[in-house]
Amino acid sequence: MSGSITFSSVQSIKGSLMVIRTNGKLGYEELVEIELENGEKRLGRSLQVSEDIAVVEVFEGTQGLSPRGVKVRFLGRPLELSVSNELLGRIFDGLGRPIDGMPEPVGVEELDINGKILNPYKREYPDEFIQTGVSVIDGMLSMVRGQKLPIFSGSGLPHDMLAAQIARQATIAKGEEFAVVFAAIGVPADTAMFFRKELEESGALKRSVLFLNLAEDPAVERIVTPRVALTAAEYLAFEEGFHVLAILTDMTNYGEALREISMMREEVPSRRGYPGYLYTDLATIFERSGRITGRKGSLTQLPILSMPADDITHPIPDLTAYITEGQIVLSKDLYHKGIYPPVNVLMSLSRLMKDGVGEGKTRADHKELSDQLYNSYSKAMDVRSLAEIVGEEGIPESSKKYLQFADAFESKFMKQDPYENRDIDTTLNLAWDVLSILPESEWTNISEKSKKVYLSVVQKRNI
Amino acid sequence: MKLKVKGKITEVKGTVVKASNVSGIQMNEMVRVGELGLVGEVVRVEGDNAYVQVYEFTTGLRPGEPVEGLGSPLSVTLAPGIVGNIYDGLQRPLSNIEGYSISRGYTAEAVDVNKSWHFVPVIKPGTKVEGGEKIGYVEETELIRHFIMIPPNVKGNLTYVAPEGEYKVSDSIAEVQNGEKVSISMIQKWPVRVPRPIKRRLVATEPLITGQRIIDAFFPLAKGGSAAVPGGFGTGKTVLLHQMASWANSRVVVYVGCGERGNEMVELLKTFPKLNDPISGKPIMQKSIMIANTSNMPVAAREASIYVGITLAEYYRDMGYDSLMLADSTSRWAEALREISGRLEEIPAEEGYPSYLASRIASFYERAGYVETLSGDFGSVSIIGAVSPPGGDFTEPVTTHTLRYVKAFWLLDPNLAYSRHYPAVNWISSYSSYVEPLSDWWSLNVSTEFETLRRQALDILFKEESLRNIVRLLGPEVLPEDEKLLLEAANMLREGFLKQSAYHEVDRYTPPAVQYYLLKLILTFYERAKEKLKGGTTVEEIRSSPLYLEVIRARFNVKGKEEFDALMKKVMEF
Ligand SMILES: Nc1ncnc2c1ncn2[C@@H]1O[C@H](COP(=O)(O)OP(=O)(O)OP(=O)(O)O)[C@@H](O)[C@H]1O
Ligand SMILES: Nc1ncnc2c1ncn2[C@@H]1O[C@H](COP(=O)(O)OP(=O)(O)OP(=O)(O)O)[C@@H](O)[C@H]1O
Ligand SMILES: [Mg+2]
Ligand SMILES: [Mg+2]
Repeated sequence: MSGSITFSSVQSIKGSLMVIRTNGKLGYEELVEIELENGEKRLGRSLQVSEDIAVVEVFEGTQGLSPRGVKVRFLGRPLELSVSNELLGRIFDGLGRPIDGMPEPVGVEELDINGKILNPYKREYPDEFIQTGVSVIDGMLSMVRGQKLPIFSGSGLPHDMLAAQIARQATIAKGEEFAVVFAAIGVPADTAMFFRKELEESGALKRSVLFLNLAEDPAVERIVTPRVALTAAEYLAFEEGFHVLAILTDMTNYGEALREISMMREEVPSRRGYPGYLYTDLATIFERSGRITGRKGSLTQLPILSMPADDITHPIPDLTAYITEGQIVLSKDLYHKGIYPPVNVLMSLSRLMKDGVGEGKTRADHKELSDQLYNSYSKAMDVRSLAEIVGEEGIPESSKKYLQFADAFESKFMKQDPYENRDIDTTLNLAWDVLSILPESEWTNISEKSKKVYLSVVQKRNI
Repeated sequence: MKLKVKGKITEVKGTVVKASNVSGIQMNEMVRVGELGLVGEVVRVEGDNAYVQVYEFTTGLRPGEPVEGLGSPLSVTLAPGIVGNIYDGLQRPLSNIEGYSISRGYTAEAVDVNKSWHFVPVIKPGTKVEGGEKIGYVEETELIRHFIMIPPNVKGNLTYVAPEGEYKVSDSIAEVQNGEKVSISMIQKWPVRVPRPIKRRLVATEPLITGQRIIDAFFPLAKGGSAAVPGGFGTGKTVLLHQMASWANSRVVVYVGCGERGNEMVELLKTFPKLNDPISGKPIMQKSIMIANTSNMPVAAREASIYVGITLAEYYRDMGYDSLMLADSTSRWAEALREISGRLEEIPAEEGYPSYLASRIASFYERAGYVETLSGDFGSVSIIGAVSPPGGDFTEPVTTHTLRYVKAFWLLDPNLAYSRHYPAVNWISSYSSYVEPLSDWWSLNVSTEFETLRRQALDILFKEESLRNIVRLLGPEVLPEDEKLLLEAANMLREGFLKQSAYHEVDRYTPPAVQYYLLKLILTFYERAKEKLKGGTTVEEIRSSPLYLEVIRARFNVKGKEEFDALMKKVMEF
């Protein structure tokens, strides 16, 4: 390896950071290999370099290290992943080293895990509808290929179930090359096992790549895991032409690892101890999705993050939503009512829906229906909270219909089985059904044309 | 010519690099850093050392690599060929990069230097000229007649002007004699952090018509004004800014995507060639300039992109045009300031922001204005900045400082956004200081009755707000019929006027006359309904009449006087 030299002088160790003497031979963000006296090797990366010393973060942590008795070797390159389609079907650790007992896959290229800066001019606007078979998503939060759409969740909520359902059902379009890249970031082993099993049972495992940094693995490594995973995903999407779905869970653990390092570096924090560059840092992860002009594949991201204390204004969900193209927010209240998937539709949003639906994509009435459901459900929520205060007697007769509508919306349209796969026609027809509970005078978003073409069909079918 | 300073890197910390042996280097001077020649700017000078903020990622950079001063501060190239382009934060065109990624150290001319333009002189040699004077023009696009001006810092005797004909931007097209001979081409360079000079500031009296009803009618912006749009994630800042870029009656639009999504820039690139300017009917691409520093691009260039944008807007103002500069989002720019400040280990003020945050925000918005240009024309720069407060908290530093310096603000309300009331501009807390100066324009150009209708409508909305507090506790049934009717009128205003879909072919742009029609329809319906109420009709009956829904849906159907008259007739007969 070019420029690699052995050096052994460690000045100090603090948390997972190490200050080493370099004589100016180490570049910014370059790798070092740390060899312990017992022969164990660890990886580190420089965070700051000067003429004589450098600050290095040690991915596997610094337990057991002492300034004496370690050798530091400069690798002369940034952290890279060796890519090829041999990655498919394999399982790696959070730094991209195989942990499935099989040999290192043969790579065709070594790629910097930070990826390249995608030229916005070369992006293709994402507008191809993905049918997930989940009514509330397809009908009101439609996803398109190349979108980044996170699930905001809390403990005890079925975010894994929903992500797995999307991964299973969204990937069955015939004749197309799809792949799933799964990154576990500080989650319990059983979460990783759950996804593995789901992918295996649906036959998708051989087209999946798993990167696992589990709860017991070092926190510093979490900074790297999503980047390694996205490097694999980008390669598969833009070089090999796959439609890739990347599931990253749990991004909150990522944010916490970043805070930990920032604190050790004694940086000035912004909110709740998180570094001021949290937005920028998250953006370098989430912006790695999309489509590229002239390339076949696409990279869709479905990050999962748990909202600490169910607080959507917490810096991690907040800044995530400032970067992603919408968010799917799960609700404890609905889940406790027995509704799966328990989506708080009013707080959720898919920003790329508008160009992915409508005539020629889904159905001409899709947009109006979705607007109307949002509009009416939001009114219904007002009526519901009023009814809780003043009782049903206190609300006007005309508003009572809204209570019925809200119940039907939740229990008929939203609720479905985790293994039920509804096509878009079924979803939209269901929407007409629940909307029909309200008198037509309340349909402010529905055009006469849609009524004529679709409503009559739905009504006929119901007779 | 100043000698180029050469030194070497001694430290790399993120995108801030410390260089030694650079005595003579100046504050804000542009530098090339490392073997790759990364672009940077000097942000601190200490003895023979300097700190450089690098505008590109610094991975792999090592102590000992060279640092070279370029002798001038960060400047933009001003010349025909800018309009219709998409640039990065340093005015490097993004459209002629090979491959799909941007490699480091990339250099490119801002405009096509090989293109020939048809130059037409408007002045004869032998006259005395001063900075800003127009010497000729080229037709840059069908919408922009690009005037070639004497650079602001040049004056003297005009000894030569090229005859009408084809020239490249770097060809000499004029000469000015003032002790020494200055050769003038179609290119000017201007340092972005310095406002371009003007003759004087004037009071703005003309509205910037945006076609967005809640803005034009209730919280307007004047040409040359400044406004901010604060709002949490997903409340509609970007959509509103895109709407402004698409429909505002400005002559030139500079859209700066500052630390936001790549796909949002693609959306502009995709829609602008297809949308037609409401005044000229030509594709708005022909009046637009886009600057993209997306969130995955290096932070330091984000800070520069805002200044690059405003300088381009000022340049077109100097030709006598109305420019509109849109910045999405100024919070990302402020965060870039904070990040650089942090790396320089400056003492932070609030939330880690440097103490000069407020003054930077102030001087940015100060660059807006309706002015008399150096050549005696009238032109303007209007600025609209999105603000993205963390946690949607309007008391954070960037929002509070911005609200102090802008003269109009449209506060986006998450509750309106959650209930899909778009644009989610809160009509109780938003503000514009331009209402008064612009009211004459409405009465002269639209209707003398407009101001009255505007007040009536706002009055209904304010009354609704206080009634809602009662309703929330006791239910609407406790209200007398006339107050119930007022709630219905407010509902009609919300549904039929304040809400405006950016994606509906008719609804997305409402010319001033139609804004008046819609208000007139709703308020007349309300007057008629009040009379019917006296005659014994119930509110429930009024609400369920087909005309109620038809008036609300008028925003999708009324395009002009004809549709208005027809519907007005029905309302009068109601
Ligand atoms: N006028 C409008 N008409 C229809 N839909 C709208 C309108 N304004 C906003 N929306 C909807 O709201 C969504 C979010 O809007 P937008 O992207 O402008 O939010 P934002 O405030 O810029 O958020 P962020 O700060 O995260 O960038 C849009 O994708 C669109 O679905
Ligand atoms: N966006 C536009 N597209 C096409 N034509 C426009 C546009 N905006 C203005 N015009 C027209 O172009 C002409 C010149 O525009 P200009 O902006 O110089 O006018 P002005 O500002 O009213 O003039 P002055 O500089 O004397 O105040 C005017 O007739 C104006 O109506
Ligand atoms: Mg936005
Ligand atoms: Mg003018």
